[in-house]
Amino acid sequence: MSGLEGSRITVSAGGALLIDGVSVEAPDGTLTALIGPNGAGKSTLLRALAAVQRPREGSVRFDGDDLLGMPRRQRARLAALVEQDAATDLAMPVTSVVELGRLPHQSLWAVDPADTIVTGALDAVGMSDFAARDFGTLSGGERQRVMLARALAQQPRLLLLDEPTNHLDIGAQLAVLGLLRTLAGDGMTVVAALHDLGLAATYADNVIVLRAGRVVAAGPTVDTLTPELIREVYGVEAVVLHNPVTGRPVIALSPLGWRRGAQMTSTSSTAPSRARPATTSASIRRPPKLSPG
Amino acid sequence: MGRDVEGSRQARSRVPLGLWAAGLGLLLVASVTLAVTIGPADIRFDEVWASILSHLGIGANPLTDLRDGIVWELRLPRILTAAAVGAGLALSGAVMQAITRNPLADPYLLGLSSGASLGAVSVLLLGLAVLLPLAAFLGSMLALGLTLLLASSLGRITPTRTVLAGLAVSALASAITSLVIFWAVTGDSYREILGWLLGSLAGARWPAVAISFGAILIAGVPIMLTGKLLDAFAFGDVSASSLGVNVSATRWGLLGASALLTGAMVSVSGSIGFVGLVLPHAVRLLVGSGHRALLPLSALVGGIFLVWADTLARTVFDPRELPVGIVTAIIGAPVFAVLLARRRGLT
Repeated sequence: MSGLEGSRITVSAGGALLIDGVSVEAPDGTLTALIGPNGAGKSTLLRALAAVQRPREGSVRFDGDDLLGMPRRQRARLAALVEQDAATDLAMPVTSVVELGRLPHQSLWAVDPADTIVTGALDAVGMSDFAARDFGTLSGGERQRVMLARALAQQPRLLLLDEPTNHLDIGAQLAVLGLLRTLAGDGMTVVAALHDLGLAATYADNVIVLRAGRVVAAGPTVDTLTPELIREVYGVEAVVLHNPVTGRPVIALSPLGWRRGAQMTSTSSTAPSRARPATTSASIRRPPKLSPG
Repeated sequence: MGRDVEGSRQARSRVPLGLWAAGLGLLLVASVTLAVTIGPADIRFDEVWASILSHLGIGANPLTDLRDGIVWELRLPRILTAAAVGAGLALSGAVMQAITRNPLADPYLLGLSSGASLGAVSVLLLGLAVLLPLAAFLGSMLALGLTLLLASSLGRITPTRTVLAGLAVSALASAITSLVIFWAVTGDSYREILGWLLGSLAGARWPAVAISFGAILIAGVPIMLTGKLLDAFAFGDVSASSLGVNVSATRWGLLGASALLTGAMVSVSGSIGFVGLVLPHAVRLLVGSGHRALLPLSALVGGIFLVWADTLARTVFDPRELPVGIVTAIIGAPVFAVLLARRRGLT
């Protein structure tokens, strides 16, 4: 198969089994959303797929090549990982942060500015105006985009992202996912852990649903993200609607037992803590001229 | 932290690394020669160069044997040692701060200085002063070994565990050193030992130059070339690993190399404080945190700083001499306080 193929991946840390024999696939040129409640193992699975956290068992292949077995630098030219909440205590200008992405392509002592790739990456995430700013002075959303630019500077064929829309306002969320779609359209394999089911429904070709370290469902977004599945995994009520603008599904969520006209106070206290407090979905807001695909 | 302050810092870092290195390199050479002219015997700048060149086989020596001896046998080796020790300590401090991600890290963090002190004091008391560099070096490596052994017995070796183990080993070695001094030291040897413990370059001759410059060549230069790798650690181990960096090999390789470097420096000078702690922070203010510039420039600034600190140490209370460690502490502590105030993001 071409694309990413992880099979029977098992990761444990400190005696706890974090990922339990998980097999996942993400074909070339697609955007796959990794979803699931907090603590389901999304970040751990991404780190295992990026081979930065060694699985105890299992294999990770990309276009047939063994990612776990290949030399580090070669792997870093093939696969890039964007972590959640990147932070540094060093005062580093944004350009230098993005230049780190060139590391796997450069010899250690060569002075190789590779300026066009770095500026191109900043451009792609809309951060060109921030090139000279100190990374520590950026907002959470701006940092997130700089880290995405760093990953793009690696010129990877596989892009793994942990909550890339964290900290972003709605417009920026849609812009980042639009960019991921474009990258996938250009042939990159993109796997992103997402919290927001609405975004997953709107942008992802495929979803992989994790719970407690196991895959509970996987497949094309439209077929997989059913009300039954969402109820089972998240413990909330879901209605899948159709967005006339994007032509994509919209997921409207409510706590279990919500009745029209009932007071929030009576239902939210009994709803599972991870449920959203009200019937909202990001996708209800019309995206600003940014259609997926 | 104010954004316009960041902006101006950014503007300053636009001066290319090559220019900084060339400027500071020239300043270091000028400092060394100028420092040789300073002292009780009045020797001019050009005479210093003529003497050095004649010893290298170029031209005739204009100085009398006595004055040439002062230049070539006393001041020059001492000042060159100061330059190399300052460079080594500042470089080692910058590396320790990077790999432990602790802005308060210094080269002696892992028990190196107290181990060296114990070794040095032991041979001084046995009357084997010639073995001092060797004993100090072995003492520092023994302390490092104990630190790593203790850290690994706590489980997986992490930077924090290593630092804590270093504290424990330091405390133990210091206690034994104090005990030895308390019981065994009398009269004149007390001043000799105290001088060494506080850090002094008074005894540095050509063998010390060979040891310190050898350490710079063998350990220091390779360390300086790893700047890009250290930059990759800016966002943590996972991030560095995803950029293709072998995290543990890099960390322990650098730790070993900078420990060797520090051990060699301690063996010729005693433990001179504050150079490794403060100077990397000062250089960061000049050129930012990128290690590709920070490492070589810290070395150059460290060399310049210790040359002048040692010159002060031997001239301020002339004919009496201060241990240079007192001078570096007197200058270093207030400078560190100022840096802290200016760089509130440090902590």
